[in-house]
Amino acid sequence: MTGEREVVITSSADVVAVRQLVRSVAIEVGLSLVDQTKIVTAASELARNALVYAGGGDVRILVVENGHRRGLKLIVTDDGPGIPDLELALTDGWTTGNGLGLGLSGSRRLVDEFDLLSGPGKGTTVTVTKWAR
Amino acid sequence: MQRVPVLKLGDVLIVSIQIDLEDQSVLALQEDLADAVVDHGARGVIIDITAVEIVDSFIGRMLATIAGMCRMLDAQTVVVGMRPAVAITLVELGLSLGGVRTALNLEKGVALLDHIRSATP
Repeated sequence: MTGEREVVITSSADVVAVRQLVRSVAIEVGLSLVDQTKIVTAASELARNALVYAGGGDVRILVVENGHRRGLKLIVTDDGPGIPDLELALTDGWTTGNGLGLGLSGSRRLVDEFDLLSGPGKGTTVTVTKWAR
Repeated sequence: MQRVPVLKLGDVLIVSIQIDLEDQSVLALQEDLADAVVDHGARGVIIDITAVEIVDSFIGRMLATIAGMCRMLDAQTVVVGMRPAVAITLVELGLSLGGVRTALNLEKGVALLDHIRSATP
């Protein structure tokens, strides 16, 4: 099945729901077990970021195609305060919360494509893609 | 919120995580374990993550926190049963869990605790 699926995040139970849905789509797309684990972990980090830093947001999960390859794309959006310095936010260990500062930088390493769109007062949108090999 | 049960076997506490961990469950487990270590005078804690499909930075930090907290309460912690895909992902994420002892399975975890104890009487 293709098409888009969406999870609205308002509590930590929704982060679990995101993980479960991303897992099922990753299997459907044909990602290997290791790649499934990586994209589910990245989804968990990004969904929690939206919850912790913006009080919530939403996650859209899409099946994408590039020639004969299939992949899974995640778009995580929130209307929070936004990130003033994107480069700094992608540095390992940098955090404004009390986390480890690995959410964004670590997620970037777990996926094939990573795009971060944010600015003060503009909310944050992170788009990531993992392709089946 | 689901709670993870803490089982007692001699002076070892065993926690087998069988649910999809919500952040609140993780925090509750930390507190439950600290209480249980003190209440039972436990010397060892084994956390079985055989059924855990992903460990993200929050869950990883919980494992490190539990190990540190138990050490302060005079108990040693061993994490057992990590899946290969989880190990690969954790390292790539940037979490190496330096302070956390691991063993491949429950049996080896128990043996490791025995070994630690005989080395430090």
